[in-house]
Amino acid sequence: MGLSRVKSFMILIGSLGFLAGAGNGLAETGPDTVVLDSLAEFYEPVQFNHAVHVDLAEGKCAKCHHHTTGAAPLEPRCLECHKGGSDGGVYACRDCHPLKRFEADYLAALDGDRQRFHLDKPGLKGALHRNCLTCHVENGGPAGCQDCHARNAKGDALFRADIVAPPPGQPTGGH
Amino acid sequence: MKNFNRRNFLKGGLATGLAAAATGAPKPAAASGTFGGYPNSMGVLVDFTRCVGCRSCEAACNKEQGLPAPDKPFDDLSVFEERENGQQRRTSERAYTVVNRYDQTDRKSGPVFRKFQCNHCNEPACLTSCFVNAYTKTPEGAVAYNSKVCVGCRTCMVACPFYVPAYSYSSVINPVVKKCVMCYDTRLKFGRPPACVEACPQEVMTFGHRDDLINLGHERIRNNPDKYVDHIYGEKEVGGTAWMYMSDVPFEQLGFNTNLGNEPIISYVKDFLTIVPMVLTIWPALFTGFYLLANRKKAGVGAEKPEPKQEEKKS
Repeated sequence: MGLSRVKSFMILIGSLGFLAGAGNGLAETGPDTVVLDSLAEFYEPVQFNHAVHVDLAEGKCAKCHHHTTGAAPLEPRCLECHKGGSDGGVYACRDCHPLKRFEADYLAALDGDRQRFHLDKPGLKGALHRNCLTCHVENGGPAGCQDCHARNAKGDALFRADIVAPPPGQPTGGH
Repeated sequence: MKNFNRRNFLKGGLATGLAAAATGAPKPAAASGTFGGYPNSMGVLVDFTRCVGCRSCEAACNKEQGLPAPDKPFDDLSVFEERENGQQRRTSERAYTVVNRYDQTDRKSGPVFRKFQCNHCNEPACLTSCFVNAYTKTPEGAVAYNSKVCVGCRTCMVACPFYVPAYSYSSVINPVVKKCVMCYDTRLKFGRPPACVEACPQEVMTFGHRDDLINLGHERIRNNPDKYVDHIYGEKEVGGTAWMYMSDVPFEQLGFNTNLGNEPIISYVKDFLTIVPMVLTIWPALFTGFYLLANRKKAGVGAEKPEPKQEEKKS
């Protein structure tokens, strides 16, 4: 189970590669490296090594790519409709998982189509983290935020990295 | 003997008035008083099985609400060890939301992290208890707060079943209550979710219409019956809350109070409170009337006491 999880994790990451739109050998294994930069506001881009993750997944793309690669999806909810999977030629995570999941426009569109399963479809950030991080945690991969994402100056400001914590035991005065 | 009669008469009047109030008031109150929340109001479904305890939501909240700097940076995970009087961290004037860690012995993915903030009740006890109407339940679902009218009595802090509202004890001039307002002014009223929801890397929180979220939550439970506890905390508790929770460990183990019941807090005081206006308005007039009736001859004639009482007895 653990190993197969890793593999699925790899495949997921592979899908990210498609995000970047790299065209080298997409049809079989996807790009070797995918640059993930949708969190560029607070973090440096992540150089995702798709090739390594393809190996970890033993080439089983569906571990990460749901129903889009012709295999049956792992998620029971997806299975409700996307029964045997389908090769729709859409492999990139962001082709289905919206980057702007929380913008008013997207939410309004979601409101019009109250398809419950799609209502629960995570945005790009959630999809990637859940797929990657879940596998990393369960299989001992790097799981700290900055193990993958180097923070930029704006990120440091958001997390108040400038603050030096008081020594342990000292009362903080907060309630 | 005469004295006794008058007292009985007054007692009878009082009893009749009370009986009328008691039989008349509670029934309509029970029928019309329960407010199940605005239709189409928004909510947030929090799935603790997804939270990894990164505290991004705390950082986002601090920035969005312009809160004071914390004691430790938001990537400092030692806060999970903090205890104050044996209690884990709670909301304060400097933090409208906090994440706490609950260690588990036999959970595959380790400890459970619980995000805590105002639950934005359908029938908020804070709103009910506030005598200057500083709180508003907006049609979007937020329990908003107006510090301009707040007098700082802190009754809401006592009333809240979740111990959410905090007080700005640090302010000498104008201390007010501080709590999560679901980013109402900056986001919710423009159709956007609170900052914490958007900041979460795991999308632990799903934002949507409360009705849809309840369906969606039960769908998740149906699809993963072995994973989830078959309960959505907040669907019914204290009359329902806009923020609702799902977990794979029993809610009691995450510091949730599971003994609150499904009645809104106001239900416990409604019957009593309906009588208060009557007591304050009708009773003074009624008893003043009785008194004047009983003594109506006394003032004019200036006679001794027994006389008016005899009059009363005749009538």
